[in-house]
Amino acid sequence: MSPEMAIGLALATPLAGMLLMLLFARVPNLRDTMMVLTAATMFAMVLQVLPEVQAGARPSLELFELMPGLSIAFEVEPLGMLFALVASGLWIVTALYAIGYMRGAKEKHHTRFYAFFAIALFSALGIAFAKNMFTLFVFYEILSISTYPLVAHKGNEAAKRGARIYLGLLLGTSIGFQLLAILLTWSLTGTLDFTDGGIMEGKVGHGVGAILLLLYMYGIGKAALMPFHRWLPEAMVAPTPVSALLHAVAVVKAGVFTVLKVSVYLFGLDYLQDLVTTEWVMYIAAFTMIAASLVAMQQDNLKARLAYSTVSQLSYIVLGAMLASQIAAIGGGMHIAMHAFGKITLFFCAGAIYVATKKTEISQMDGLGRRMPFTMGAFLLGALCVIGAPPMGGLWSKWHLILGALDSGQQLMIAVFLVSTLLNVAYLIPPVIRAFLRPPKDGYTGGIKEAPLLCVAPLTFTALGAFAMFFLAGPLRGLLEGMFP
Amino acid sequence: MIEHNLPALQVLLPLFAAPLLLFLVRWPTLAWALTTAVCWATFLVSALLLEAVWTGGPISYAHGGWEPPYGIEYWVDTANAFVLLIIAGISAIVMPFARDSVEQEVDRDRIAWFYSAFLLANAGLLGIAITGDAFNIFVFFEISAIASYALIAMGKDRRALLASFTYLIMGTIGTTFLLIGIGFLYMMTGTLNLADLAERLPAVRDTTTIRAAFAFIAVGISLKLALFPLHLWLPNAYTYAPSMVTVFLSATATKVAIYVLLRFFYSVFGVEFSFGVLPMGYVLMPLALLGILLPSIVAIFQADVKRMLAYSSVAQVGYIILGFSFASTLGLMAAMLHLFNHAITKAALFMALGAIVYRIGSTRIDDMAGIARDMPWTMAAFVVGGLSLIGIPLTAGFITKWHLLLAALEAGFWPIAVFLLATSLIAVIYIWRVVEAAYFLERPANAPPVREAPPALLLPTWGLALASVVFGIYTALPVGAAAKAAAILLGGYP
Repeated sequence: MSPEMAIGLALATPLAGMLLMLLFARVPNLRDTMMVLTAATMFAMVLQVLPEVQAGARPSLELFELMPGLSIAFEVEPLGMLFALVASGLWIVTALYAIGYMRGAKEKHHTRFYAFFAIALFSALGIAFAKNMFTLFVFYEILSISTYPLVAHKGNEAAKRGARIYLGLLLGTSIGFQLLAILLTWSLTGTLDFTDGGIMEGKVGHGVGAILLLLYMYGIGKAALMPFHRWLPEAMVAPTPVSALLHAVAVVKAGVFTVLKVSVYLFGLDYLQDLVTTEWVMYIAAFTMIAASLVAMQQDNLKARLAYSTVSQLSYIVLGAMLASQIAAIGGGMHIAMHAFGKITLFFCAGAIYVATKKTEISQMDGLGRRMPFTMGAFLLGALCVIGAPPMGGLWSKWHLILGALDSGQQLMIAVFLVSTLLNVAYLIPPVIRAFLRPPKDGYTGGIKEAPLLCVAPLTFTALGAFAMFFLAGPLRGLLEGMFP
Repeated sequence: MIEHNLPALQVLLPLFAAPLLLFLVRWPTLAWALTTAVCWATFLVSALLLEAVWTGGPISYAHGGWEPPYGIEYWVDTANAFVLLIIAGISAIVMPFARDSVEQEVDRDRIAWFYSAFLLANAGLLGIAITGDAFNIFVFFEISAIASYALIAMGKDRRALLASFTYLIMGTIGTTFLLIGIGFLYMMTGTLNLADLAERLPAVRDTTTIRAAFAFIAVGISLKLALFPLHLWLPNAYTYAPSMVTVFLSATATKVAIYVLLRFFYSVFGVEFSFGVLPMGYVLMPLALLGILLPSIVAIFQADVKRMLAYSSVAQVGYIILGFSFASTLGLMAAMLHLFNHAITKAALFMALGAIVYRIGSTRIDDMAGIARDMPWTMAAFVVGGLSLIGIPLTAGFITKWHLLLAALEAGFWPIAVFLLATSLIAVIYIWRVVEAAYFLERPANAPPVREAPPALLLPTWGLALASVVFGIYTALPVGAAAKAAAILLGGYP
């Protein structure tokens, strides 16, 4: 199969899958099988493109031209390849988990839920493969809109309020800032194509460039830079599969992916270095990293704590981009994958705990390790990966990020990375300690009683994945080095 | 033979068919069928005209063989052929929708009268767009206005009468001002032909009379096109008119008036006079900005969705006038583009509401709670139209916004670009209120069961909803036509 065809099919698969799921809405087992098959097919299609990209090629596909010079087109480069692999690969696991969770937690409207989930993955892939900023923006907006029904899924007041804030902040920033930045870029440079080395040099003055950078960084609300991070904790009212795949992987990573992509391919790292605001954004990211960690420590609700942890971790990647060094950009790219495995595991665990015990607060988790040893063991592995401790994949991304800080002479940022790591330990390890080392408060003695298999198997798998990433860092770095031919 | 008389047919078809309908008062379905046939014929004529001028250049048609500037001239170029296509196209698409909707909302023995008035309004609007004669513009304005008063007054709600009366007063003031302005022009130049006027005006343009004429014409037409703050007649008129009338008028009536204003400012008086000698750019721009902002905010607080969309229409007029106030090719192009894009978008939205009225007899947001479960297709069309109204990418609305924003940046008004983006967020709010009510609330406990609207209502609605997506992707026709129209308007009469 030609890579062009694979790109087209990978994008078409989730849409076709959605139609099939709607068609078989009345036969739940068939519908759910369709979902898993769709996810697997999509992943297989994405894999088809990988060898070409590894070999240094950039297969592309143009759909149609909207206006002269402005088209909906796709081109796969290393960073997009990585994001596509992570999102589509983890969808398979999440699909299985979602079946277990939605049935186990007795949620309603399964078909609607799965259908919008498929659209969200479709748009995540569109973002990953976008050839120009315009295409990326289009899919970015589809992603915001398609996840709204998922966040509002429960339909109660809290869910609707959360969803309103979610959509308001995401659409507000993207239309208010990002679109403006895109328009300015287009009117100044006459192109929106992602180009090696950037498109700004020599066309956009450094003053305007500095403003553009701020517009882009705050326009990409999905990267959750403070003070526009509120939507992420609000999105936690959604059922856990959404929090796991979308608000730990697809949606938020789409945000930081866009940040990296804009920094590397629109601004260009050399140009970025010369802007005054690059340093500002770097400090804002550093502040977000620390502040969000401090807030996370005070959250008793497990999902809220994980959400703030995500806010903090996303800023690692933004900071990596703002260091404007190749090694930091590679570190940022790696962190997309590493953090994905770690955080999805943690969310899967939170969901499994809810399904098995209806517990949502950390203070209720005393002694839970006796009842759910697999889940809590996986939680430990996921936590270690997010912290960046060996032998988990998270080590390598932090390693590269710190190397990058060294490379661009930002010693203070090294300290920020290290402090943040300590804070990670301080808020992710206590739940594990409670679960394993304290006696159960309710005097539970019933032995091992885990969540359904379809919940436990995926989370075990992703925890092992986080471990495996420790050994896969080499090839990953090799792939990402292709960003700078 | 027919080919040479297309410009005349464009207006005469609906104009002559209107009185014929009075013979069919006892057979409303027949009246509907005849009207539909006439509307589709005029649509065909307008398409042929656009094609002819697109390739062959402007057409001048002398009525009765009286050569212009002595006789009445019809003048067709890409600019007004585009407007003709919008009017005739909307009237053609609205007719299949009209049958069920009108049968329910208008008394049976008045249906033929209703269609007769509709054809007259249609003929009037087409006439305004096609004629090359200033006095003729006034006459057609009156024809379309008087017919529209009757159409609005046929609304079921008794408040329709008052709305129609307000419209009548305001509309008459508007056309009277227009007539006074045209009178002044005639006094100074001795001609009523637009091209001839354009030629003779420069010699006398530094007189108070010409400036007064300009002021009267500008204010008069602004009343007709509902430029803020002269829009007060519009919300009630759109809210209480029968659904089909709202669809038709919202998509066409204000658009034609905007076209006439463009014609006068750019072609007759000339860019140099309107925007150089007189500071119209600085007069129109603040009005446009306020006209976008305030009605958008007012729209958020409306309990009736039809009324909400009416206020949104006032805001959309603001967008068009804004593009026009930049006095640049790109700005003018954005304005022309929005004439088209907003027409299909708003027509789709009002049609979806028409389908809801057909089933639940109300467009109050409270009554629409949970309606999406019973009328999924109708509400889905509403959502598509709403997305286009907001200007989400891959919809027609986005293409307009894109050009309008580029025009603002090109003119160096970047705060206006920020403002435009911010106001499109207001549209998100008012559209989302409806979506949230329809999709996420339960039906009221005492509400009777509702079925999906019949296909006769759904198909045209979806036709327009899809059009607002298709023209957001395949932009060659609207963007090409708007670019040509902008060039022609800026160039004046050859």
